[in-house]
Order: sequence, then structure tokens, then C-alpha cells
Amino acid sequence: MSAGHMISTIARRELTSYFASPVAYVFLVIFLLLTGFFTFTAGAFFERGEASLASFFMWHPWLYLVLVPAVGMRLWSEERRAGTLELLFTLPIAPWQAILGKFLASWLFLAIALGLSFPVILTVNVLGEPDNGQILAGYLGSLLMAGAYLAVTCMTSAMTRNQVVSFILSVVILLFLILAGFTPVTDLLVRWASPAFVDTVAAFSVMTHFDGFQRGVIDSRDLLFFLSVIGFALFATGVILRNHRAG
Amino acid sequence: MIRIENLAKTFGAKRAVDGVSFAVERGEVLGFLGPNGAGKSTTMRMITGFIPPTEGTVRVGAHDVVESPLQAKRLIGYLPEAAPSYPDMTVEGFLSFAADMRGLAGDTKKRAIGRVVERCFLASVIHQSIDTLSKGYRHRTCLAQALIHDPEVLILDEPTDGLDPNQKHEVRNLIRELGASKAIVFSTHILEEVDAACSRAIIIDRGKIVANGTPAELRAMSVFAGAVTLQASGADTETMTAKLAALDGVARVEAVDGALRAYPRDSSASGRLVRTVVELAAREGWQLDGLRTEEGQLDEVFRRITLPDTVKAPSR
Repeated sequence: MSAGHMISTIARRELTSYFASPVAYVFLVIFLLLTGFFTFTAGAFFERGEASLASFFMWHPWLYLVLVPAVGMRLWSEERRAGTLELLFTLPIAPWQAILGKFLASWLFLAIALGLSFPVILTVNVLGEPDNGQILAGYLGSLLMAGAYLAVTCMTSAMTRNQVVSFILSVVILLFLILAGFTPVTDLLVRWASPAFVDTVAAFSVMTHFDGFQRGVIDSRDLLFFLSVIGFALFATGVILRNHRAG
Repeated sequence: MIRIENLAKTFGAKRAVDGVSFAVERGEVLGFLGPNGAGKSTTMRMITGFIPPTEGTVRVGAHDVVESPLQAKRLIGYLPEAAPSYPDMTVEGFLSFAADMRGLAGDTKKRAIGRVVERCFLASVIHQSIDTLSKGYRHRTCLAQALIHDPEVLILDEPTDGLDPNQKHEVRNLIRELGASKAIVFSTHILEEVDAACSRAIIIDRGKIVANGTPAELRAMSVFAGAVTLQASGADTETMTAKLAALDGVARVEAVDGALRAYPRDSSASGRLVRTVVELAAREGWQLDGLRTEEGQLDEVFRRITLPDTVKAPSR
């Protein structure tokens, strides 16, 4: 049995379980309603008078702050609570395959949610002549950012059997990752800290790295940032689960 | 098939399993007995590779569970204590998932699912979602998962827990039947199950093995084993007690529910005891109304060796 077979078996089960419960549909509807509201009302899409999705993407770091932990909080905490962790880890699967499989399933679910926001692309193309390359880069960045958030939630959900605790922990960590590079916060920091320090802190922020994608620039450093957050958080998930089993 | 040497597990300061060694071969059904918290589940979790041992080794087939976990796990079917399953799946979906994880596909998979559904009596609930099932069905769904790849080694943690008497009976029969061709370890609180299904039993207490033998051998450890109980008339109780106690090979005599029970001095005396008693009765002209040799009681053995010393001292 290849690693690919094991990972896809886990991922399929996970994805099916999303759609087996009303949670998936509730999430999709809320996600789409909120993106719509923020883009057109709070983001002043029409008043801007420009053919771009800036008012769409600018809200994503904040929207994901609440919605991604809601999707990922049950990933491992539910396995721990229901005791299925024992079942899973006595099946012939390597822990990293299980971790990756569950992560990919949730990421794919988020990708579906993001993909269903496609009417905004149609809207902006009907109304004007946007740079579709920039929009595509924005989508790529948004997806990577969702993945990074999800990996952090994956890690916090491995820490506890309680979904609520897992949700709160991951919101706090993600909030730090946002605020470290949020302009009002960095402006405040720069008054008493050296610019080099502020830049170092900001380098850990998703805002700094999502910025380029929004402008249509796919920088390898930004790609690397999101991928390494994912890699690190999933690795930490593995360590946490191993320590949990070792007692 | 299963070889365990000096297995130990420490949780903080507590030594949950403390130097356990045993082996189970194909064709053996090993009953794993012990009070709650004795280390049964911890031992089984170490055999199945769910938790790593602090010390010692577990080999399943030719594989060390710590060094080559995947190869070892392929040989094992495991029913955890709580019989967990994914509540949002149907029975069929869950078994199909288990089959996929075991690398079964196509016709082989379909046949495997059919076989375990029949074996575990799940046909009537196959399309139901697991969270709508009663405890007995959920339990058997998890058992079916353990059997899906027809494993050579079965580790069952309290397989009859929460089942009704009919289901208990079916599961015991199933274990005995499967035991002919597999190596099985199952834990239980119910002592009759040892007689009903095991070829050998281990009693574990506070992390250590305190008894290991066939059910008959364990029963022979009972203080009742080999004792002769007789109901007779023709003399008063005091006289009979005195005469019985004076016999060669009798340790003591006790009145039980209007009968007298003579305990053998040691196991070598127990074989001859019944004959000596009959001869005595004939000599004294007592009329025998009942006579039987005690087999020994598992629950008495279990209690005696698993109770703390302070409690068991006065009962001897």
C-alpha cells in the first residue's frame, strides 16, 4: 500500500464527513455571505471605481481568522475525544500520512469555498477590464494563507480533546500572525522600536506576505513563507500527537 | 505469533505495566484477566503499537512493533476498549474505509465486507449511520473492522462489554472459532468467558503477571480444588467432623449449608481424598446422601490473588 493510497483514503473519509453533516453547508453559505458583504458594502467595491478585487482580498486575513479555525478545530480533537485516534494509529498508516491526509481534505474544503466565490470575478469582468493575472495571484495567495491558518489550527486541535479550546488557541495564534504585520500595529511599534526590529516582527506576519499576492506579485519568498508555516505546523502536529500517545 | 518480553510502561510516577512477558502462538486464545486499572488495556495498546513501551519489546509475527510498526500492524486486528468508530459514517462506509486502509480493493474488498457483516450480524443495519445504532451494534461494528482483513493476530479489549447475553454468547463462540487459526488475546472481567473461550489465561495485577495457565490449572489453585463435600446421616455433626478431620490427608473440615467439606492437605492428597471419605463412611455406617469433589472456583482464585494483602490475609 503506497503512501498516496493511504493519504487519499484518509482525505476522502475526512472530506465525506464534512459533507455528511450540515456544518459544511452552513460554513459555505456563511463564508459566501460574508465575503459578499465585506467586498461590496464594507469594502466599498462600487465606490472605488476600479476594476480590481482589492476590496475582496483585503478582508481575507480577517475573515479566515474566525472561519478557518471553525473548519479545522475538530480535525484531531474530535479523534481524541471519540477515541478513534486509537483506531487510526493502530491501522497500518504512518502518522505523517494521516496528518497530511486530514490536512489536505480540510484544505480542499476551503478551496471549494474559495472557488465558489467566482461570481466576483464575473462581476468585475462584466463591469470593467481587470488584470485577471492579478486576480489569479490573489486567489493563489488567499488559498496559501488559508492553508497556513489551517495548519496552525491542525496543530492546536492536536493539543486538546476539546474543540472550543482548540478554536480559541488557534484564533489567538493567528491573531498574532496577523497583527505582527498589520499597518496600524507596525506604525505604533516603530515609534519606540528600531525599524529593523519592526521589520523582523512583520516578517512573521501573514499580512506582509499576502500583500504581494494582492498586488499580483508572486514572490518566491512569500510562497516559501506560507509553505514553511504549513510544514512547521504540521510537523508540530506530529510531535504533539506522538507525545500524547507516549503519555 | 506474539512475543512480549519485559514490557513496562510508566505514566509519570506510576508504573502501569511492570515487566510483563508472555507469548501467544497461532491456535491459542489467551484470556487476559485483572481488576480495573491492572494494566490490561495499557498492555494491549503497546502490543498494537498505539503507545510506545517504556521498556521491553513486543514482536508480532517477525516484526518488532516499535521498529517496524507498519508491518506489525498489518498482521493485527484490534478492537479498542471503547469500540470507537466514526459516528457520521454508515456501517458500510466505515467498513469500506477500514478495508481501504487495509489495502483491500474490488471483489476482495466486497467479499471481506460481506464476510464480517455476516459474522458480526450487521446485515440489518448496514446502511444506517453509526450514531443511530445501539451500543451493541456499535460494538460489533468496531469488531467487524478488526476482522476485515482476516488478521493472523487479534487483540480484543473487552469484546463482550455492553452486549446482551445472546450477543455475548455469539461473540464468545466467534472468538473460539477464530482461535483455531489465529493468535488471540482478549481481556475480560467475566470469569465464565475464560472457560467458554480461552485455551490459556493470564491474571495481571498492578502491572505484574500473578498467574498464567490453562483454565483448569488456574482452578486448581483454588483452596476449594479437590475438596470433598458430603451430606450424610448416621452420626451427629460433631462426631463426623472429628472423624473426617482425623483422616490422613485432610487439612481441615468445614460445615457448609448442612454439608461437611473436607479440604485436602496438599494437591497430592486430593486425588485419594474422595475414596478415603467413602471408606470412612462405610466403616462408620453413615448413609451418604450426597458426595462431590470440588473443582475449584476461578472467582475465588481471582479474588485471592488480586486483592491487596491486607484484605486477603484474614480470609485464609
